[in-house]
Amino acid sequence: MTATAHLTLDDVEEFGRELDKIREEVLADLGDRDARYIRDVIAVQRRLEVGGRVMLLASWLPPAWLAGTAALATAKILENMEIGHNVLHGQWDWMRDPKIHSTTWEWDIVCPADLWKHSHNFVHHTWTNVLGKDRDIGYSAMRITPEQDWRPIYLAQPFYNVLLALFFEYGIAIYDLELERVPSGEKTPADVLAQLGVVARKVRRQVVKDYVAFPLLAGPAFLPALLANLTANLARNVWAHTIIFCGHFPAGAEFFTEDRLDGETRGEWYVRQLLGSCNIDGGRLFHIMSGNLGHQIEHHLFPDLPSNRYAEIAPRVRALCDRYGLAYTSDSLARQVGSVWKRVLRLALP
Amino acid sequence: MTVMLPWVLRPLAEAGRWLSTPLSPEDYLSLLDPLWPAGELRGRVEGVHPETADATTLVIRPGRGWRAHLPGQWVRIGVDIEGRRHWRTYSLSSPPHRPDGRITITVKATPGGFVSRHLARSITPGTIVRLAGPDGVFVVPEPTPPRLLFLTAGSGITPVMAMLGSLLSEEIAADAGHRPPDVVLIHSAPTPQEVIFGDRLRRLAARSPYLRLHERHTRSAGRLRPADLAGLCPDWTQRAVWACGPPGMLDELAAQWPGPARRLRIERFTESLLPAASAAGAAGGRVRFTTTGRETDADGATPLLTVGENAGVLMPSGCRMGICHTCVAPLRSGRVRDLRSGLVHGDAGDLIQTCVSAAAGPLELEL
Repeated sequence: MTATAHLTLDDVEEFGRELDKIREEVLADLGDRDARYIRDVIAVQRRLEVGGRVMLLASWLPPAWLAGTAALATAKILENMEIGHNVLHGQWDWMRDPKIHSTTWEWDIVCPADLWKHSHNFVHHTWTNVLGKDRDIGYSAMRITPEQDWRPIYLAQPFYNVLLALFFEYGIAIYDLELERVPSGEKTPADVLAQLGVVARKVRRQVVKDYVAFPLLAGPAFLPALLANLTANLARNVWAHTIIFCGHFPAGAEFFTEDRLDGETRGEWYVRQLLGSCNIDGGRLFHIMSGNLGHQIEHHLFPDLPSNRYAEIAPRVRALCDRYGLAYTSDSLARQVGSVWKRVLRLALP
Repeated sequence: MTVMLPWVLRPLAEAGRWLSTPLSPEDYLSLLDPLWPAGELRGRVEGVHPETADATTLVIRPGRGWRAHLPGQWVRIGVDIEGRRHWRTYSLSSPPHRPDGRITITVKATPGGFVSRHLARSITPGTIVRLAGPDGVFVVPEPTPPRLLFLTAGSGITPVMAMLGSLLSEEIAADAGHRPPDVVLIHSAPTPQEVIFGDRLRRLAARSPYLRLHERHTRSAGRLRPADLAGLCPDWTQRAVWACGPPGMLDELAAQWPGPARRLRIERFTESLLPAASAAGAAGGRVRFTTTGRETDADGATPLLTVGENAGVLMPSGCRMGICHTCVAPLRSGRVRDLRSGLVHGDAGDLIQTCVSAAAGPLELEL
């Protein structure tokens, strides 16, 4: 591994210990300020959602449609990214509030929380960027690194990446069923059917809410209200897809082979998380709207630290990486998106 | 939610659930009125009244879903301190059905008592707390016995205050010919100033011919012993007795009570745990929480409640001293050590009090 060739084993462990120290410090300091933060975000999100839905009752008026759709899309983005994703990581479990807890939270997206927690929290966060282990590399559907063998289907990947962006929530739900593990026998068809039932029930509730119940409430504005819900869901899908693809696929992100996992130490685990993740530069509002995944590196080093702390520790993590001569990849959203698409297009070809 | 709804409201509630999925209508309604959610009973602290130098009465307006308590029962209160929720159990000091619909608890700040100090000294009006209950069997039965004796010390007066309020309001209603009960209250506190509800008790006793109050100021007169009781209340063994105070006093009383057991009712606020040192050497083990899938190592002296909380499991909890049984969870496998007795016990399926049990080897809890 060239990126770490200059470091001795002791250096790597020392690097890990320094990161452990940052983590301990944050954990010891959690308190009222953090609790207030997540409760405020939740209150703002719910008010935005209610406000947006009320405006959409009059969505035959173009300004009401626009404002209502914007509010609803913002609410859905906040709910999925800064609230749902982070609550489901257990970032707020320390508060012992059963209403804001990883074991009880269900989010406003068709993918059921339990299914996602397994494939994301466990599989992806443990095996980050290890080929053959981390299913998030190309989401088992795309070629994102030259180490993946080329197949003709990949010629179509720029096209289906656009489709995936538009219908991202359904993509995640299907992805979490791990269909590709059925032929090998790692997963039985019965397991998949059972999980499919769970997904179907969630999809039904989500679809009835967004495309039947609220449009019906809008009465004569049924159609504009339905289109508003569709637009909000699509906007959320595209935004989430954009942010998430920038987390591990821009230039600079490294991929690893399975032999790297043999006897991997805590320090080496940290280094892999760092080298496999990319940050996005942005202001406070950008980071909140992206679930603080612009701090993807900090999130992967400390997946269960509250997201409001990532911005605070980022300068320390960066300084630490500088000190150890380790790459800390960060760039603007436009550049990272460009970099991801370059990969998707280039690797579609052999 | 177990609130019964009239038939017209039921379809409406069902529609509300479809509209608010994946949350519940309550999650949105609580934005308007924090006391709304009956699914997660809440209360608002509306008054904070110091009683003595270290005891404070909190006046709480309970939210939707509260059912009236019986005098002498306790409530569990969940309060957020430094961002973390803490549950404790306190006796209700108010009689039920106050005209203003509010309830009170009276909290004495104990040395090293993190939560009691917060409730007695730092909480401010407007704070929203979580509530659970009421519950408890330390109550006056129907019909009221003709002669009653209350033996209390320190904050042990709090449940009895609720009973007195209720008994004396019955006394007012007793004009119609009921014979009012004959009540004796023997209360211990270090000094007259440290008697919680001192002024109210003295006024009540001065006004009512049916209440006899004896204050024992232990700093000058020494601790009350069961042997002293015959002098203060000659017919004490003939009475129905309610006792609430420190463990030493209650143990002594229970050991020396000559009357029938059913006539002596005892409420304990604290349970004496084994000193940490004696359990410290005991071996613990790997603890697995089967519902949440979390796992952690536990020593043989730390309560499983603490072990679970530190591992991020949402542990039910109440008094944290082995009294209220809110924290019980089924044991799937393994054995536990009772931190009060040191006894190792447990079979699969047993309900374990996690607040007073530590791991005795590897075990699994259904949480």
